[in-house]
Amino acid sequence: MEINFTELAAIARSIRGKLVEMSHQARAPHLGSSLSCVDILVAAYWTALRIDPQKPYDPDRDRFILSKGHAASALFATLAYRGFFPVELLYSYAQPGSCLAEHPGPGCAPGVEAATGSLGHGLSMGIGMALAGRIQGRSYRVFALVSDGECNEGSVWEAAMFAPARCLDNLVAIIDFNGWQATGRSCEVMALKPFREKWESFGWHAHEVDGHDLKQLVAMLQQVPDGRGKPIAIVAHTIKGKGVSFMEDDNNWHYRIPTAEEVNAARRELGLR
Amino acid sequence: MRNAFAAELSAVASEDERIVLLSGDIGNRLFDRYKEKFNDRFFNCGVAEANMTSMAAGMALCGLRPITYTITPFNTTRCLEQIKIDICYHNLPVIIVGVGSGLSYAGLGPTHHSCEDIAFLRALPNMTIICPGDVWEVRLALGAAIVQGGPAYIRLGKKNEPVVHEGAPDFTIGKGILVRPGTEVCVLSTGNMLPVSVQASEELGKRGCSAAVFSCHTVKPLDEQLLFECFDKFRVVVTVEEHSVIGGFGSSVAEWLADHAPRKAYLCRIGTADQFLHEAGGQDYARHYFGLTPTGIAEKALRRLEARNSRGYPAPPSR
Repeated sequence: MEINFTELAAIARSIRGKLVEMSHQARAPHLGSSLSCVDILVAAYWTALRIDPQKPYDPDRDRFILSKGHAASALFATLAYRGFFPVELLYSYAQPGSCLAEHPGPGCAPGVEAATGSLGHGLSMGIGMALAGRIQGRSYRVFALVSDGECNEGSVWEAAMFAPARCLDNLVAIIDFNGWQATGRSCEVMALKPFREKWESFGWHAHEVDGHDLKQLVAMLQQVPDGRGKPIAIVAHTIKGKGVSFMEDDNNWHYRIPTAEEVNAARRELGLR
Repeated sequence: MRNAFAAELSAVASEDERIVLLSGDIGNRLFDRYKEKFNDRFFNCGVAEANMTSMAAGMALCGLRPITYTITPFNTTRCLEQIKIDICYHNLPVIIVGVGSGLSYAGLGPTHHSCEDIAFLRALPNMTIICPGDVWEVRLALGAAIVQGGPAYIRLGKKNEPVVHEGAPDFTIGKGILVRPGTEVCVLSTGNMLPVSVQASEELGKRGCSAAVFSCHTVKPLDEQLLFECFDKFRVVVTVEEHSVIGGFGSSVAEWLADHAPRKAYLCRIGTADQFLHEAGGQDYARHYFGLTPTGIAEKALRRLEARNSRGYPAPPSR
């Protein structure tokens, strides 16, 4: 099937506009972190994942785990726009009593595979799912979206050592490398670099892509397994706050909430009304 | 206990193909039989308990029934957050099996002691905590934990502990088992202290005090019916555990008692003190150090009985 990249880019812009609105309405932080991973989510959910929004519990479905759970709004908007639940439900995001909290809860909405929010759990859960698929003779793939800051957690490297030992070629770790963590540059807080090489040396088939280039992302995500018998790591270089000029690469937007004027300005920039 | 666990595991795995064993680089040879038959359902996860615990949750999310197995402190406190979030928050049927609990591996030092694991895990919603008293209970606990279908922690001793039950007892999660009848003192024992508790009741008998013994293999949920009966029938209820008096079985009984006082019986909690054991020595030495011996238990119970008899007790509340 031919992929319409113009359409994909439009979906990504709509989702970004929605995220800015959601952050404003809910007064919920982590907007910059959500904006950085939108293109990854769109590429995965619209072109790579073998999923049917009408059958969210199909045992043979591909699994996508948002290990960087603080980007919950991006996952929720993606699932809603992809048809897992009504877009109107997004208005309840982070409101009292809503099923959509600031981090994904277990089974909180169709399409949410795991509760996350404490960093360093999702990749390991993904390994468990990938092993389960092997044991049960199912051919689904597992994708875990990890943040660069998350790679401070030792458990990420426990997972990084285990998956290649079992030759889990049905597992993909996507690292949303936006260069920031909560209070500093991710490469300064911890010695993350050389980053792709770390994954490679741990036994992964590791790639680097522009995390906002849908063509590169799609090409990468559509080749799983890639025939090398290894788990795949995709280091996606992204910009925190991507899509809104006054948020891009400004780490204040890890916590800052946009004002109504900023929401309008952002939506104008994104070409939305 | 660990041999009984390994044997029972092979038995249940042959009947339930959802069972998967995750080992934290331990149990050399112990699981040979299991591995022979179910090699595709065995994973040595290395010395990486956080990853092992999260992987178990991921497997359970896909319909499997994983069991994680390693030395107690590493399978409980090392990966506590993974247990809290990945297993308990998701309410998944993962069974965490800690071997060498309490002071079983005393000689290895406090790194290998686990006298606080019940305290940590008891606070987690959805968690069931089972501390089997002998090999019969170990075997029955595993089957019961699989059937109950939520997160469970099974706290094992080591090997060659005395067998207390003469045959398979009637085992239900959350229900204590009467092991020795008695009238004045009631010893509620949890986990591997059961043989010592039975000896303590014999010691009490020699000193003219009739002491019953129950195996309270389930610390959570508590057997509240049994507690009502014991605190209304006996003069002293003694809790015995190879765990700190802070946060363990005795603590949970004390919490229950605070909510349901006054009752006829006094409570006497026996466990390890609020301190690390800095000296070398095996399990027997460590138990002696903390007063977890038949004589130590009997003497403490008698002192409590004396206090109870001299001070009396408030009238039970009207129902």
